[in-house]
Amino acid sequence: MKPNTPLERLFNGIVKENPTLVIVLGMCPTLAVTTSAMNGIGMGLSTTVVLALSNLFISLLRKVIPDEIRIPSFIVIIASFVTIVDMLMEGFTPDLYASLGIYIPLIVVNCIIFGRAEAYAYKNGPVSSFFDGIGMGLGFTMSITVIGFIRELIGAGSIFGHPIGNLSEFTPSIFVMAPGAFMVLAVLITIRTAIINNIEAKRGVRLPVTHTDESGAECSACAFRSNCAGKFQSVEAAQKEANDK
Amino acid sequence: MMAEDNKLLNVSSNPHIRDRITTQKIMLYVIIALMPATAFGIWHFGAYTIAVILVTMISSVIFEYAYERIMKLPITVSDGSAALTGLLLALNMPPRIELWVCVLGAFVAIVLIKQLFGGLGQNFMNPALGARCFLLISFAGKMTNFAYDTFSGATPLAQLKNGEIVNTYNMVIGNEMGTIGEVSVIAIVIGACFLILMGIIDLRIPGTYILTFTLFLIIFGGHGANPYFLTGELAGGGLMLGAFFMATDYVSSPITTKGKIIFGIFLGILTGVFRIFASGAEGVSYAIIIGNLIVPLIERWAPLKCFGYVKPQKGGK
Repeated sequence: MKPNTPLERLFNGIVKENPTLVIVLGMCPTLAVTTSAMNGIGMGLSTTVVLALSNLFISLLRKVIPDEIRIPSFIVIIASFVTIVDMLMEGFTPDLYASLGIYIPLIVVNCIIFGRAEAYAYKNGPVSSFFDGIGMGLGFTMSITVIGFIRELIGAGSIFGHPIGNLSEFTPSIFVMAPGAFMVLAVLITIRTAIINNIEAKRGVRLPVTHTDESGAECSACAFRSNCAGKFQSVEAAQKEANDK
Repeated sequence: MMAEDNKLLNVSSNPHIRDRITTQKIMLYVIIALMPATAFGIWHFGAYTIAVILVTMISSVIFEYAYERIMKLPITVSDGSAALTGLLLALNMPPRIELWVCVLGAFVAIVLIKQLFGGLGQNFMNPALGARCFLLISFAGKMTNFAYDTFSGATPLAQLKNGEIVNTYNMVIGNEMGTIGEVSVIAIVIGACFLILMGIIDLRIPGTYILTFTLFLIIFGGHGANPYFLTGELAGGGLMLGAFFMATDYVSSPITTKGKIIFGIFLGILTGVFRIFASGAEGVSYAIIIGNLIVPLIERWAPLKCFGYVKPQKGGK
């Protein structure tokens, strides 16, 4: 795919550089509001709107904003959109607004939005920046909706707020508390990494995680397996990189 | 082996010293040492506890086997560590707990806490205690309902916290409410003596733990050195079981003498804080798993000395 086209930006945000599962940004809303799938969707979509619009306007204004005061300028732009979203949500979705609470105004300091403004929108054109924001926002929305869905199902025994039978008597409620968020996030990151590694191994980009070197030794016997994940062809190659560091 | 015998010098990585005692034997000794407490629990709480203990142990072993089979790892069920984890978890359960909670606990202990971090020797906290805390947070009502047969009410520790009068004689014998394995101090101490005589554990962690806890109670407990209050706090709850069988877990406790003493002191202070200042009456499980988490820090501060290491002299050339 050609870089910086709208489609590539969407794919990049949703799969390749998913903000939650790959670059691990915006952990505060990810861990705090994902107690239910509905919260995840609401939080994700409001962030997407802010992200797309702020990316667009920062990109349009990138030649006007002086380098020295770019951070305050970003804050002004982002905070304007957050305020608009905040007021719209208070007016049209009061229930969701109540359950997300302080996390809506806190979108202002969400690191994904700052990260994209600084790393992408400030350096690229408005169209690709806009789609970068949409892609990143959708990637964020999907990840936290899945986290919220799993936590709600395992921890409270309901799907999108609808309880399933009397399942809630048997569900460990730790999953709707803070530790559950960490556990579910960790498992999702693992699954995503495993899938991508497998695809790359099939394409020959990297080696399968469990492989044997020339002498027949398996990965589990290698001292460098912790920072390898299929990058190195042999123990010697891994050792060389470790020595170079 | 033939090819290696021909070499003059067999170069291998450490450890070089071999001992007759194996992992399997250690686990077996600890299981034997837990038998007095287990037997007392079964005798005291009735036949249903046999089901709790068996279900927890068997499901632990099955989860270990299944995980290793699915992940194509060497099967290590025969070393007995999964059975021991299951037994310890069962001894931490209330006497009338539903059996599916036991199975869930065994899953958390073996798969989430032990195997996902690399199996025996790699777990960052005691699997049985981690699972107990998981269940305690998830099913607070079920896990703190110690009612059995016709007995119900508060545990002696909770009574003590509320300033009520408890029978310390009964608490030492074990004629009280509590989890299956923690009630009888005498049975636990018999098992602990066996382990100490066999050289499996030593007194550094449990000794400093209990001593620090006692000192903490004397200073902050509000009753001074009142022997009645002290005996009640020491004999009540999971302190003895935790100090002798959980805190001394090889994997999740420090290895150096200095580290062990710091660990014991830390556990004592933490348990005291939880019991005296927190809202609940019991705090041993949380104290030990939080202690497990700071073990890497303790070991960085109190590292193992290399063989032949001499401290560099200050100012010398």
